[in-house]
Amino acid sequence: MQRRSIAIAGVELDLFEDGNGPPLLFLHSAQGFAPEHPYVPRLSADRRLIAPSHPGFGKSSLPDWIDAIDDIAYIYLELLDRLNLKQLDVIGCSVGGWIAAELATKSPASVRKLVLVGPVGVKTGPIDRLDIPDIFAIPQSEIERLLFHDPERMRADPSRLTDEQLAISVRNRETLALLSWEPYMHNPKLLHRLHRVTAPTLFLRGESDGLVSADYLAAYARLMPNASTDMIVAAGHAPQMEQPEAFTKKVLAFLGAVS
Amino acid sequence: MKAWHFSENAYPYLPPAEEYESIRVSLPNRIYDPEKGAALYDRFLDEWLIAEDEGMEIMLNEHHQTATCVDPAAPLVLAALARLSKKARLLILGNPISNRRQPVRVAEEMAMVDILSRGRLEAGFVRGVPYEVLPANSNPVRMNERQWEALDLIVKAWTNHDGPFSHEGRFFHYRAVNIWPRPYQQPHPPIWISTTSAGGAARVGARGYIQATFLTGFDGTRTIYDAYRRGWREAGRGNDVPIDRLAYSALVYTAPNEADARAGAEKLLWYVTSNKVPPHIANPPGYVPVQANVAMLRGAEHPLSAFRRAATVEGAIEAGIMFAGTPDQVYRQMKKLYDHVGGFGHLLIMGQAGFLEHDDTVLGIRTFAREVYPRVREEFPGTAISGVA
Repeated sequence: MQRRSIAIAGVELDLFEDGNGPPLLFLHSAQGFAPEHPYVPRLSADRRLIAPSHPGFGKSSLPDWIDAIDDIAYIYLELLDRLNLKQLDVIGCSVGGWIAAELATKSPASVRKLVLVGPVGVKTGPIDRLDIPDIFAIPQSEIERLLFHDPERMRADPSRLTDEQLAISVRNRETLALLSWEPYMHNPKLLHRLHRVTAPTLFLRGESDGLVSADYLAAYARLMPNASTDMIVAAGHAPQMEQPEAFTKKVLAFLGAVS
Repeated sequence: MKAWHFSENAYPYLPPAEEYESIRVSLPNRIYDPEKGAALYDRFLDEWLIAEDEGMEIMLNEHHQTATCVDPAAPLVLAALARLSKKARLLILGNPISNRRQPVRVAEEMAMVDILSRGRLEAGFVRGVPYEVLPANSNPVRMNERQWEALDLIVKAWTNHDGPFSHEGRFFHYRAVNIWPRPYQQPHPPIWISTTSAGGAARVGARGYIQATFLTGFDGTRTIYDAYRRGWREAGRGNDVPIDRLAYSALVYTAPNEADARAGAEKLLWYVTSNKVPPHIANPPGYVPVQANVAMLRGAEHPLSAFRRAATVEGAIEAGIMFAGTPDQVYRQMKKLYDHVGGFGHLLIMGQAGFLEHDDTVLGIRTFAREVYPRVREEFPGTAISGVA
């Protein structure tokens, strides 16, 4: 795994790259990206995996001007230009799925195939109910129950993290709040832009995902002309962490061979 | 030394605390009886006016979606007080300007109250406690930055008299600011800021605004005042920091005899003991710095827990967050804190809470005003220099 920092529009972007083959952009969830995550080896086995830490996440800096997911999509469009990538596959998990969807609406031709895993970013439900449960107003234990199929196994234990890891995890949550506080977990404009995304798109969710419901996923998928949905059993909001085998298998099968 | 009567306008008629998750934000308002609430407003307004009759000044504050302080629109109560009162200074501490979306509207409200009261307004501004971000739907990240941009804009709105100006800032955007009325006091009402952090206090000191701090006890208060004095000096305001730039808020109950004082102090503790708020409401992401959250995840105490531990009269007096007893005892407790922190020019008296009934509240106000205040005014003159032993 190679790691380097790229300066884009005031962001010192922390970028991981691994493997050779057709390029694959991985946009992490609010949990952040780490090379030791269990899905990484399979994704980079036959692919050039490109995994930036979003501005304000991991070790990427957060300039004052960034306060929206939309801003980050533009950072990544510039990243693709810098890496001289005309077209590639994109996987986005949760808030990373939101970034991926924004990116795809802005530059549809850049995306060959798109995988959105428990994505947020649109508002499709009634006005008097949050589409995504308010993770900023419920107890940590409840968040874990919504996040995971098996909270006992998946829960992060602060005592096993270094101070640096703990600081990153706290900062990730802070940046998430900055980006998704209001409107909560969505950009009202995105819904009206998704028609532009013609790339084959797979919407995936863990069967036990308490944040992104099956109805939400289906409604989101209906906004794009070439989308399908699928599900991973015994997984919650982060199937890439909870069922990495099943996750990579489904994703790689969907992405298939690149001509 | 100026003493201010401060009441949070609490609504105390609640079910047992075990029956609800939080006294703030999520407590259903079906519990609130409008009839009882109306009687409480009458009563609290009366108590402010009694404090005024006794020579004290008036202070109020603002919170939202909480039974601890049913004053979600403090400028409205302030406007009522501007007409009901005759001579007291009127301190609002404060306007939660990190959460108010229209700073110019705040400037207008304050200017109106200043006119209505013929220049008796003391305009306080706060970032807002963490529980306020959910009711205000206010992003908990970058609140300090919003607060300072809002404050600068408000001051400019008060002091610009030459027709519309525009403001295209980071958080706020206006094409034509030209408020009517402008403030009564010139160039503008005194500005107060509350803070609990040293970094914030240094910045307030650099501006020379009045620094208030709430229930921060001996060492916490000294740290904040030291930072204020440092900020003042580093900004070139001179070596001497006037004592009237610093304010301290404590729970205060004074009665002629120890038994009555004790009984009143116990009731006043409601403010501390009833503040049941779960961590996910008390600590939204971004409200405190990353390192402070890391320390908490490593077992450090949340600042609010320390506050709740002082849940006995002795503990609260020991911590310097309460002065309670006979006039002489109250004087001595206060002097101990005063000397420890380098002095302050304003005592913000939380003189009512929970089930401290009207008669007891008035007894506390009158005993303090008649038996403690004259001595305090004489021994801690407002012309003193802070930080000088």
